[in-house]
Amino acid sequence: MTAMERLVYYFTFDFVRYAMTVGVLIALCSSLLGVTLVLKRFSFIGHGLSNVAFGTIAVATAANLTNNFFLVLPVTVISSVLLLRTGKSAKINGDAAIAMISVGALGIGYLILNLFPNTANLAGDVCATLFGSTSILTLTLTDVWLCAALSALVTAVFLLFYHKIFSVTFDEDFTAATGTRAKTYNLILAVIIAVIIVLAINLVGTLLISALVIFPALSAMRVFKSFLSVTVCSVIVSVVCAALGILISIFTGTPVGSTIVAAQIGGFGIFWIIGIITRR
Amino acid sequence: MPQLECKDLILGYDGKPVISGLSFAVSAGDYLCIVGENGSGKSTLMKAVLGIKPPMSGTVRAGEGLTQNEIGYLPQQTVVQKDFPASVEEVVRSGCLNRRGLRPFYNSAEKQMAEDNMERLGIASLAKHCYRELSGGQQQRALLARALCAARKLLLLDEPVSGLDPKAAAEMYETISQLNSDGTTIIMISHDIVSSVKHASHILHIGSRSALFFGTKTEYADSDIGRLYAGSRGERA
Repeated sequence: MTAMERLVYYFTFDFVRYAMTVGVLIALCSSLLGVTLVLKRFSFIGHGLSNVAFGTIAVATAANLTNNFFLVLPVTVISSVLLLRTGKSAKINGDAAIAMISVGALGIGYLILNLFPNTANLAGDVCATLFGSTSILTLTLTDVWLCAALSALVTAVFLLFYHKIFSVTFDEDFTAATGTRAKTYNLILAVIIAVIIVLAINLVGTLLISALVIFPALSAMRVFKSFLSVTVCSVIVSVVCAALGILISIFTGTPVGSTIVAAQIGGFGIFWIIGIITRR
Repeated sequence: MPQLECKDLILGYDGKPVISGLSFAVSAGDYLCIVGENGSGKSTLMKAVLGIKPPMSGTVRAGEGLTQNEIGYLPQQTVVQKDFPASVEEVVRSGCLNRRGLRPFYNSAEKQMAEDNMERLGIASLAKHCYRELSGGQQQRALLARALCAARKLLLLDEPVSGLDPKAAAEMYETISQLNSDGTTIIMISHDIVSSVKHASHILHIGSRSALFFGTKTEYADSDIGRLYAGSRGERA
């Protein structure tokens, strides 16, 4: 069989089509806010939140919940709102708060899984949650629709508030001073970030989510110079790298999440070089 | 009725007052300079006036039909902005946000206003340029154009010439004076007392814990503190 025939053959399977659809949708959403997070110096928040999600998944597994989504989403949203808020308070600075919450959730999550083992293959399950090794390939049609609905919601909110998100990112004080409710938009940002994180767990697992959020934005920022062009470019980079990563992992049997991350790093390298050449 | 009146303000951080008993008023067309050493509470005062951070006690009252979204603001530049990928046009247009409500995109009147303000400040040719690649003076002009999109009546400027070379600083002072004579009330924070006295109509000098002086610049030049800080050759109107 030629590569093309193999590809066509693979796409006759539902699970491959589902994986591709969900992968592209998640890549699209996660890159939308990447620019804002990187510029607001919040790159690490995605990582902290995904660890919170891991802890919550552990609790859900121990409690034998069949669908952990409706527990994980609200907990992650609440953590996100709290984290973005502590970024402002002087008592514990944002950096330390994120580190504290993320390692705390990771440690307690693993502890709970060990104290209340529900599966025969604990190590395998933990690995799947951390690195997303198989979950993208075991999606049901319901998962795909849920993912599509949330992606549409995230994109719609982003488009609707695009200019306000720009303004809050560029200069929060000015935005607040001239009568736009900056706090409200920070809150909206926090909620969207949490939704994206929960979606992305399916694709790359909890440890690799930050890569989906920051790499496309950083790649685009090497080359492009306006907020609009950087945003559009990072969406394209993200979607292309995710699709490429999924295809490569189907052909070669490598883990999906880490292959996508490798593709993102490759994309960043290319943009970095283009940036150096064009700046001369 | 003054355009802005502050009465018996106590300002501070974390429950500790930095400055107390601060009262002053600004009328339409005034050019007030707030001077004082670093850490004396100048930026805190500005945040109280803008309503970002309420004072610990006292009142800030806007008069003459001035509302919150009619105050333009030129903040000090932040670290974030140093490597922010945005075109000058995007930055200036974002000043129009406060009059837009929930409408998601800018209409042609707002785009026109952004263009007019860039024209007015001499940066129209830079509209498509990247903000982070501009010189310090050009960046300040972009932010000033954005402030003008937000408001015409009253502008608050926080250290508008800090970090600028002498030529760019002189041009910036020139531009601000021009805006003032076109009818915009100016409140400016500065630690350059000599230039402030030269351009302003009123001076508020803040010392540690309380206001040292508030009045016109002629009165300031004749006062003990004015002579002390602005030098014996202090400019007289």
